[in-house]
Amino acid sequence: MELTGAEIFVRSLEAEGVEFIFGYPGGAVLHIYDALYAQDKVKHILVRHEQAATHAADGYARSTGRPGVVLVTSGPGATNAVTGIATAYMDSIPMVVFTGQVPTHLIGNDAFQEADNIGITRPCVKHNFLVKDVNDLALTIKKAFYVATTGRPGPVVVDIPKDITADKAEFSYPGKVEMRSYNPVQIGHTGQIKRAVKLMQTARRPILYTGGGVILGDASGPLTELAKIMNFPVTNTLMGLGAYPATDSQFVGMLGMHGTYEANMAMHHCDVLFAIGARFDDRVTGHIEKFCPNATIVHVDIDPASISKNVKVDVPIVGCVDNVLKAMLNEIKGNDVHSDAVALKEWWQQIDEWRSKDCLKYDRDSEAIKPQFVLETLYKLTGGDAFVTSDVGQHQMWAAQFYKFDKPRRWINSGGLGTMGFGLPAAMGVQFAHPDATVACVTGEGSIQMCIQELSTCRQYSLPVKIINLNNGYLGMVRQWQEFFYQKRYAMSYMESLPDFVKLAESYGHVGMKITRPADVEGAIVEMLKLKDRLVFMDFITDKTENVYPMIPAGGGQNEMILI
Amino acid sequence: MENEAGALSRVAGLFSARGYNIESLTVAPTEDPSLSRMTLVTRGTDEVIEQITKQLNKLIDVVKLMDMTDGPHIEREMMLVKVQAEGDRRNELKRLADIFRGRIIDVTDQNYTIELTGAGDKLDAFLQALDRGVIVEVVRSGVSGISRGDRSLKL
Repeated sequence: MELTGAEIFVRSLEAEGVEFIFGYPGGAVLHIYDALYAQDKVKHILVRHEQAATHAADGYARSTGRPGVVLVTSGPGATNAVTGIATAYMDSIPMVVFTGQVPTHLIGNDAFQEADNIGITRPCVKHNFLVKDVNDLALTIKKAFYVATTGRPGPVVVDIPKDITADKAEFSYPGKVEMRSYNPVQIGHTGQIKRAVKLMQTARRPILYTGGGVILGDASGPLTELAKIMNFPVTNTLMGLGAYPATDSQFVGMLGMHGTYEANMAMHHCDVLFAIGARFDDRVTGHIEKFCPNATIVHVDIDPASISKNVKVDVPIVGCVDNVLKAMLNEIKGNDVHSDAVALKEWWQQIDEWRSKDCLKYDRDSEAIKPQFVLETLYKLTGGDAFVTSDVGQHQMWAAQFYKFDKPRRWINSGGLGTMGFGLPAAMGVQFAHPDATVACVTGEGSIQMCIQELSTCRQYSLPVKIINLNNGYLGMVRQWQEFFYQKRYAMSYMESLPDFVKLAESYGHVGMKITRPADVEGAIVEMLKLKDRLVFMDFITDKTENVYPMIPAGGGQNEMILI
Repeated sequence: MENEAGALSRVAGLFSARGYNIESLTVAPTEDPSLSRMTLVTRGTDEVIEQITKQLNKLIDVVKLMDMTDGPHIEREMMLVKVQAEGDRRNELKRLADIFRGRIIDVTDQNYTIELTGAGDKLDAFLQALDRGVIVEVVRSGVSGISRGDRSLKL
């Protein structure tokens, strides 16, 4: 049957099982919007800024494991989406972004609302496609989803000129796609796996350093089993929180620049480091020369380019994390492998000593609201079971430190790019995927203003997101750096002319609350959680000059933390 | 690489984004019109080269990659040199071109244009042998490489 490009587009999305498409219309995509109007299998969600469309699709993808789908128009629509695409790229999130483009005969002509979408997004996508013939459209869409969701996931942009959406072609959606130049490795090398298991047996001070890759690879189960059998300490990166249950006694906390004392010290003093689905990011390693000076390093990752990129590793294993961990478990169970119980007893004693420093302590008697207290209370009253999205800054670090995630895909934040404005639209995406769940967006008064217009989207679709605004009147993280490293020269880190957030929320038809006293925090959160069907904007006026501890300063090694 | 628009940009973009230098680059279609072959010269430590190789392999457009310097191989580059050729110099230049097995492909009263093919250092040597002031214009093609013996870069 002959269909227009726009109809082929919609039918292809249906074939891919796409539930939601987040977008904003424009001239170049009008035919597509017309085709979307005529059906109801794929639900289009209208945002208020294309950046929010990408972050919403991102939040959807992170919380479900399914690819997020975006539709924006040409020119400014596509350029507005770049930040969100780069955000997904840095965290390896599966996403397919469809951008409109001017008709093919106008490409390169400086036409109205024309931008070189392929050229602009090339450095921040896993791959991109420009469709030049309507007969290629269905196959291109199939390839786009395949590339976005396999191997190391990532965003894929498909640029579709307007005339392609009007041209007609026979539609048949390909069953399978094979790309000769793209064959992600799935199974780890048996020899390397055996070597790694041997190291598990002989390690005296081992540690499991696990990251976002475990969550992307759905490998929490095997990871937890492995850690329990071996009795190894486990640490997560910011992106890996929830991959291992945080309430378990073997969890030593997040590591890195604002990680716990015990996690960083254990990393620094370990003799065998098992890196699983993590990429030795600079926020984790501190000064590279000082990183893990005595460790033999095993690295499991699906992307060969991540291995030995920053830190030379001794036992590299390329493969899907889930497969590799299962193979390790088979090896362990099959050969009755045990860890060194005597050595580990001593290691755990040392770790408990480090834990006794209580590095996350804060002043619980303060008259001002401490942001850590808000997060602790949120954790308690949600039973640790909510979805928590975050913006970027001090509030993000406190959320990571104080909300103990026991499950993967609950903690949704922009780690790699660190995009302010991510929190609210991402929460929207999560809420669409999990309509009955409690979705909390932890934010600051700087970040929340970057995509504040999405309060309107939340109203339109009745999204009962709970916004936890930690309002200290400063760009907190910047202020902290200026206090520590710039002799308190607070340049442009003071937030003035703030709106009355309660009135602002109410003007969008939501519930707003302002909390100024510590004694009112718990009651306010209880009330917030009772309002199951409403978006609630909680404006917590917090201590102005609280700092995030511990902190590894620039140039510092993991054992050179600044403590409170 | 896939012979598609943008494939070259992707490779060039990768190098510039990661701060690696491209010394020379040449690309053209192969006997299979769906594939093009690019030869690229870059310089770096073993770790850097390993990282470049891995990043290139990640690109969807890159089908297969080989590091020529892993084994014995042949490098060839072409150069066109326009030189001032008046009076006595003409004989001298003709002799020099013959020694290097180059060919004079254009002649005027003032100039010769010499075509020369060989490995990079042969071309460098030719330019060295010429009197500085005599060179009017030089254009080099970039290096093409192929491995010796039975080792081949093919699908």
